[in-house]
Amino acid sequence: MTLAAVPPSSPLPTVPTVPGVRATARIRAIRAGDTTVLPTLVGDGPFDLRRARPHGSQARVCILAAMSAPLGGDRLRIDATAKHGADLHITTAAATIALRGPTTAHATYDVHLRLAEHARLHWLPHPLISAARSNLRQSCTIDLAATARLVLREETVLGRAGEGPGRLSTRLTVRRDGRPLLEQQATFGPGAPGWDGPAVLADHRAIGQILIVDPTLEHRPPHARLLGDDPATGQAVLTPLAGPALLITALAPDTLRLRRLLDAAHPIG
Amino acid sequence: MNRAALLVLADGRFPAGGHAHSGGAEEAVTAGRVRDVASLEAFCRGRLHTAGLVAAGLAAAAAAGYDPLLLEEAADARTAAPALRYTSRRLGRQLLRAARAAWPCAALDALATARPRGAHQPVVLGLAARCAGLTPLDAAHAATYESIGGPVTAAVRLLRLDPFDATAVLARLAPDMDHVAAEAADAAQRVQADGPAALPAASAPLLDITAEQHAVRGARLFAS
Amino acid sequence: MHLHHSDTFPDSHVHGSGTSSAAEGSGGRRRALRVGLGGPVGSGKTATVAALCRALREELSIAVVTNDIYTREDAEFLLREAVLPAERITAVRTGACPHTAIRDDISANLEAVEDLQDQLGTLDVILIESGGDNLTATFSKGLADAQIFVIDVAGGDDIPRKGGPGITSSDLLVINKTDLAPHVGADLQAMARDAEAQRGDLPTVLTAVKSPGGISPVADWIRERLAAWTAGPA
Ligand SMILES: Nc1nc2c(ncn2[C@@H]2O[C@H](COP(=O)(O)OP(=O)(O)OP(=O)(O)O)[C@@H](O)[C@H]2O)c(=O)[nH]1
Ligand SMILES: [Mg+2]
Repeated sequence: MTLAAVPPSSPLPTVPTVPGVRATARIRAIRAGDTTVLPTLVGDGPFDLRRARPHGSQARVCILAAMSAPLGGDRLRIDATAKHGADLHITTAAATIALRGPTTAHATYDVHLRLAEHARLHWLPHPLISAARSNLRQSCTIDLAATARLVLREETVLGRAGEGPGRLSTRLTVRRDGRPLLEQQATFGPGAPGWDGPAVLADHRAIGQILIVDPTLEHRPPHARLLGDDPATGQAVLTPLAGPALLITALAPDTLRLRRLLDAAHPIG
Repeated sequence: MNRAALLVLADGRFPAGGHAHSGGAEEAVTAGRVRDVASLEAFCRGRLHTAGLVAAGLAAAAAAGYDPLLLEEAADARTAAPALRYTSRRLGRQLLRAARAAWPCAALDALATARPRGAHQPVVLGLAARCAGLTPLDAAHAATYESIGGPVTAAVRLLRLDPFDATAVLARLAPDMDHVAAEAADAAQRVQADGPAALPAASAPLLDITAEQHAVRGARLFAS
Repeated sequence: MHLHHSDTFPDSHVHGSGTSSAAEGSGGRRRALRVGLGGPVGSGKTATVAALCRALREELSIAVVTNDIYTREDAEFLLREAVLPAERITAVRTGACPHTAIRDDISANLEAVEDLQDQLGTLDVILIESGGDNLTATFSKGLADAQIFVIDVAGGDDIPRKGGPGITSSDLLVINKTDLAPHVGADLQAMARDAEAQRGDLPTVLTAVKSPGGISPVADWIRERLAAWTAGPA
């Protein structure tokens, strides 16, 4: 979808006006008996939120028309909260493509996920594609209560077919019970030092992660495991974190082989 | 302030176990991704701006007097690969031994008591710098230099590179090291107010993957 | 593939600081005598360690640290030969510089030694085998209380004459594989004479550690060192 001349929904006085969209989508899931209901489901700007068919006690949300945003200058945000005992599943309908837009200024795309005690959240968006000449700062911040469970899968593709990537910086922050569990940043693309060298990505252009946080992993921590014998078709490693969590990190030449590796490491139904 | 102590701390001959570690260079050589001076330089640039930056931030924060046990947690959160957490703690334990002999200090003793099996190396490095009368920026410099000095030495041994060419790689990356150290020290200044989340967390997927590959390799020269 | 490396560190014990000069052991107990074994590649260091373990394990509590260069060959040989239970053998990696790990930067070896001491409790002797190296390799006093230098007759009977720190200053020089002397044309008397000229009063044994009884002079020397160590000032 195109986002022509949408006025800033809540202009911040301290930020100089740049062209672009300001939009925050909000999702709140609560437990109601045997089911999860969604008292808050508010789309905004490029985000169009749809209730999908529930899956047992799990409520499902699909973020539609996502999006020919983010474009340079956009300030996009998704806030999702799973309250006590709620079971929430969020996907997007299509890949998110960062494009240059009317300005070279960066866009921001911030996702905040909050999980209360005994809540469960699946965050399974389609890939984020960093198109040539785009400039995006993406972040995902997750706060989990001690008994909460998370399944997150994120895939990033640097450049559309036959082009180089734009500038992309990402940040993943996971706190559990108020303590840091996982903190990762990355900067890719033109001007980012060393990103395509042999210590970081080499010539892989598709990067994926699966993060599982589950208190039961405390009692049966997984062993580290390597996947993908041939670097040409991708490599992945499953690592136990310093907490009840595991992280799968995969690198591949393209999304297809990336997903194959991620599925082999941890199939997500 | 005692600047010469920085030379002692950052010297490759400081007996803290670094000589047996390649910082991922051995596995990169095995995989054929580092094979000459140019690819070594690219490897080092990537390592410096990821693992080096993270280590420098932790070291600077420890040198600034921030609680080392909170920095331990921050280091864990920034080190996804268990092989790298293990290596970091082992090297931290070795550095702690050397630092306590060089700059006896209650803070180092306390960390040794709290973490008898080793604290993360950058945290120990920062605390050692503090005990040696160095600044957070000094500690960051030591960490950044170490993050690529080890791989370069290892590559000289593994690839029989001309040592002059290899040293020139370090010299060419010196401006990058200054930049990374300054960024790390800046971030460390924000830690008291914003907590360890203010510290850099740059990750390097290939370093994580290859660290686990290396850890199970039977035949290898370097411990990491 | 499963990777086995422990990531958790139970905070159960405290180890000493960098100084390792005194006989400080945990709980005020005397720590083990640490004996370093150095010498050129293939001279018979591992064979000596294996024979020492077999000769002494009934009477003494022994552990071994190996410094393999590339593989874990030495540690695995000792395990295969079952000279000691697995928990008494530790391998340390030395990053292409075996002499650094026993002389200039001993921290990894010291840790291995301390971990063995902590895990096994009472230990009388820890044998530390250096990776095969050259004639200049010696053990730091911070790591080993005494060092044995192992050369063999097949490496050339002029080696004792060439000298170098290992030949001249080791506490015991073992000239190994005397059984091969006739085959390689080595002059044992000349070797003994040259060794004495280089070493003055320091002891030298010519033996074949793999032959029956061949290890006895070395084992006797360990017993003597241990008696002196135990009797010495704490
Ligand atoms: N004939 C004979 N062979 C011996 C004797 N001692 C050791 N060997 C052989 O010499 C070879 C090397 O012995 P090791 O004990 O592995 O030598 P090393 O010094 O530990 O070697 P590195 O650790 O590789 O430096 C092996 O084949 C041993 O069986 C001996 O007394 N006589
Ligand atoms: Mg041997």
